Amino acid sequence: MNWLASVDPLFAHGVTWVVLLIVVIKVVAGFSMLMGSVILMIWFERKAISDMQSRIGPQRWGPFGLLQTLADGLKLILKEDLVPAEADRFVFKLAPYLVLLPALVTFAIIPIGGTLTIAGHPVMLQVVNPPMGILLMLAMSGISVYGVMLAGWSSGSKYPLLSSVRATAQMISYEAALGMTIVTIVLVTGSLSVHNIVTSQAGGVWHWNIIRLGLVPFIVFIIAITAELNRPPFDVVEAESELVGGFHTEYSSFRFAIFFLAEYMNTITMSAIIVTLFLGGPAGWVPSVPHLRWVFPILWFLVKTVGFAFCYIWFRASLPRFRYDQLMDLGWKRLIPLSLGWMLIVAGFLVAKGWGFFMGATVLLAWTLLTRAFEIGAVRESGAESVLPTVGERPLPGGVLRSMTDEEDD
Amino acid sequence: MASPFSFFGGFKLTFQHLTRPTVTTSYPQAKRPKQPRQHGRHVLNRYEDGMEKCIGCELCAGVCPVNCIFVRGLDNPPDHPVSPGERYGYVYEINYLRCIHCDLCVEACPTQAITESKMFEFSFTNRADAIYTKAELLVDDQGFPQRLPWEDWREGEAAMTGGWMRATSPSGDASYEGVVQWTGDLGVGVRAPEAGQSDHRDDAATGSKQLRNVFPRHLEPEDVPLDQRGIAARVKSARARMPRRRKDAT
Repeated sequence: MNWLASVDPLFAHGVTWVVLLIVVIKVVAGFSMLMGSVILMIWFERKAISDMQSRIGPQRWGPFGLLQTLADGLKLILKEDLVPAEADRFVFKLAPYLVLLPALVTFAIIPIGGTLTIAGHPVMLQVVNPPMGILLMLAMSGISVYGVMLAGWSSGSKYPLLSSVRATAQMISYEAALGMTIVTIVLVTGSLSVHNIVTSQAGGVWHWNIIRLGLVPFIVFIIAITAELNRPPFDVVEAESELVGGFHTEYSSFRFAIFFLAEYMNTITMSAIIVTLFLGGPAGWVPSVPHLRWVFPILWFLVKTVGFAFCYIWFRASLPRFRYDQLMDLGWKRLIPLSLGWMLIVAGFLVAKGWGFFMGATVLLAWTLLTRAFEIGAVRESGAESVLPTVGERPLPGGVLRSMTDEEDD
Repeated sequence: MASPFSFFGGFKLTFQHLTRPTVTTSYPQAKRPKQPRQHGRHVLNRYEDGMEKCIGCELCAGVCPVNCIFVRGLDNPPDHPVSPGERYGYVYEINYLRCIHCDLCVEACPTQAITESKMFEFSFTNRADAIYTKAELLVDDQGFPQRLPWEDWREGEAAMTGGWMRATSPSGDASYEGVVQWTGDLGVGVRAPEAGQSDHRDDAATGSKQLRNVFPRHLEPEDVPLDQRGIAARVKSARARMPRRRKDAT
């Protein structure tokens, strides 16, 4: 029982039925909040992007079209549920839930407010505060890759298959950069627990990780998380112009709705994760109003999260989709070295100032060497001394090369 | 080399669009004005003395890319001729399930017998209604298109038929642009030439409107006409809107 109390002060006096009730209420509230916010998020995205494109957007159902998502959901549920003849039926039916469940679970670790006192028990406004905290988020985003990959593979169709290959490669390459920035935060905090990450940022804007870590991890994180979410400009997995619908091409009815739901759930959750990790979560100015002080952290959290949700929509409206090789270049050649180097510098400064500057110099040297290596690689690949015939900027694929050399032999 | 901050120009543009008015309208409730050369449902015209213009030559049927027109000509009865020519269109049918409103029939017609109105909002619930015969296509005794129960006619759509014909010069000869080469229509008389690229421009008579005058706020700043820039132009356009608002209020 003692270790439970260390996780959550709610369990300090043992597990009574009141505590149990509070836990159940927290779970139900967290679930319904996420569901409700997904509906609002889809509406918000459609409205905001239509404003940015000088359109009207949804407007028929409810005031300002707020009920449009419900109408769409109802329509999707009433549609015929198709399973392609070539599909692996079990995996095909399993895949949507592999995407949905991680999306639900990740939201559970996010603290949306301070600590309340209900019936003499301290209640954290966080569904659960596991000791491994932020690792759960990484694990869950790892599992949701399985959902996307298996959905594409089990459809028995070529476009979903290509999409699942892309999804796997993309998620793996960006997860590395993502993990590295999280390591930076964990180094500074000294704890994996999300609650501790938030409390360590308390005490004003200058203590927030976005400033404290020097902006670079934040930028890397926001790029990597956008790629992790498969949102534009990194939505090569669902690139409509290349892959029809991507991994969910063959899905219809409720299973398609689940994919859609999970995607937007992830968008909200990841906005909340960014706020938690970099912007101090619910931290913010609280006026001295009696009995209502607990409301303001929640409001601050909501404002910040909606801000980032808007940023994702803004990205989608402004940026064209990356080409697949550009995506890989950005991930492997820029973000991973950058986040790794920054992590080393931060770690150096945590030990001593001298170590920090030493690490900085080392990373700078390594960065220069790496850039030179990329340059040489690019010249060998397609420069003047290149032995490979090229189309535009790219070398020809191996099959074409072989057929060309065969002709010369004849 | 562009400025490194030019990357954020795209973000600025999309953000600016948040504040701009929408281009689209909430369709069935609010309808945008139609362009004068809108391709809508066809009409068969009459001369000012009431004679039919169609001479049953079947050129429209021949040129139609989707074969939606069916025409059969017949010799004019000598005692009461239907058209001034030798023959007249005895059968004239257009299948609107196939028509793509390309206006090639209007272009092919040697007598300007077939033109298009601006009305495109018509729906039918059976295939027989989709095939318009001469009884539905021919203008009425006043020279205006017949308004069938399933068609949604709006103000001015019947008046400006044949915009396409009036817009182009024969054989693409620029010297004929704006020169009237067509006969008068029953109830309307000789129609004014459409605004072209030359100086022959009578927007009041033709109902032409340049798109840049319709949506100036969606242009780049340098593309907005000079008389529509600045506060004075805002006041002017607001004044122009005032009477319409008063009418809406009453």
